[in-house]
Amino acid sequence: MTVPPPAESPRPTPSELFIAFATISLYGFGGVLAWSRRIMIEDRRWLTPEQFNETYALCSFLPGPNIVNFSVIFGSRIRGPLGGLIALAGLLGPPMVLVIIMAVLYAHYGDLTQVRRALIGVASAAAGLLMATVAKMAGPLFRNRAVEQPLVAIATFGAIGIVHWPLPLVLAVLLPVSIGLAWVRR
Amino acid sequence: MKELGGTLTTLAGFFALMSLFAIGGANSAVPEMHRYAVDVQHWLTDRQFADTFALAQLTPGPNVIIVTLIGYHVAGLPGALVTTLSMCGPTCMLAFFVGRTFDRFRGAAWQSALSGGLVPVTLGLTAASATVVATAADYNWAAMAVTLATAVICYFVRINPVWMFAAAAALGLAGVI
Repeated sequence: MTVPPPAESPRPTPSELFIAFATISLYGFGGVLAWSRRIMIEDRRWLTPEQFNETYALCSFLPGPNIVNFSVIFGSRIRGPLGGLIALAGLLGPPMVLVIIMAVLYAHYGDLTQVRRALIGVASAAAGLLMATVAKMAGPLFRNRAVEQPLVAIATFGAIGIVHWPLPLVLAVLLPVSIGLAWVRR
Repeated sequence: MKELGGTLTTLAGFFALMSLFAIGGANSAVPEMHRYAVDVQHWLTDRQFADTFALAQLTPGPNVIIVTLIGYHVAGLPGALVTTLSMCGPTCMLAFFVGRTFDRFRGAAWQSALSGGLVPVTLGLTAASATVVATAADYNWAAMAVTLATAVICYFVRINPVWMFAAAAALGLAGVI
């Protein structure tokens, strides 16, 4: 399907902005990227695929959740700081309400055996989903001939996942090393 | 009251720091949240942490809402608000300012070095998250089978993960896990 390019400068109103990000958020079970793509490019036509990819690449450079950064950057480009806040509120407001309802239910029913077992099931499946993500990321990393990238990945895993060192400490050592190696290799 | 204020300050400080250290997304910070919330502060037990992670997965929305749950567990509604705002504030400020200047540097050599350096670290952190979540739950052989089956299916098939969670929850309810 070819998507017609968006109008020169789409200017969604604040309420359109809020609703779009709330929709992305509430459809996004375990994968907001796919839905943000669909709504931004195909549904609302606010971004071309190229613009979307560029903005998303920028977001993945920044620390913190990519979609949160995306909402702030997109919202503020459209309507300044307030637009950023509105997009962020749309993204986080509705799931926060839902998750607090979950927490209240958990406080009441969390000790029931059936609920416990269902939650163990979900946590186990979620661990599997993380493993699949790791495998997908590792493919290209281990295929190219650079050995230092897999070594950095293994060192990070060992320090955090096995030895349980504090994250800031590990990143303070490994990030400069990893970026430095990538700089030399470039 | 004074005690609540102290707890909220501790939450705000820790999650503002996590905001800047969560490279590649909230899941990268899961092992650190576990270390701090369970081992250092004793806010949650191992089991509660695994349940919190599962509840966050069951709720639609970005993965970052796990911090809302941790905050709520520790200090109720004020805790939920403080942790969420702290986790998003610093990185959002950064996104706001970088979003306006980044276009000028597009294609610069340091950008590819930066991304080349970040990817393997993110990979290691995500792998550590999988380990932490798996070992925090009451893990038995059936749970391990669910983990492996989900990993294989999600790797080879384009499927919305919510169906895997639903199936796993059903297996749990049925008493298989």
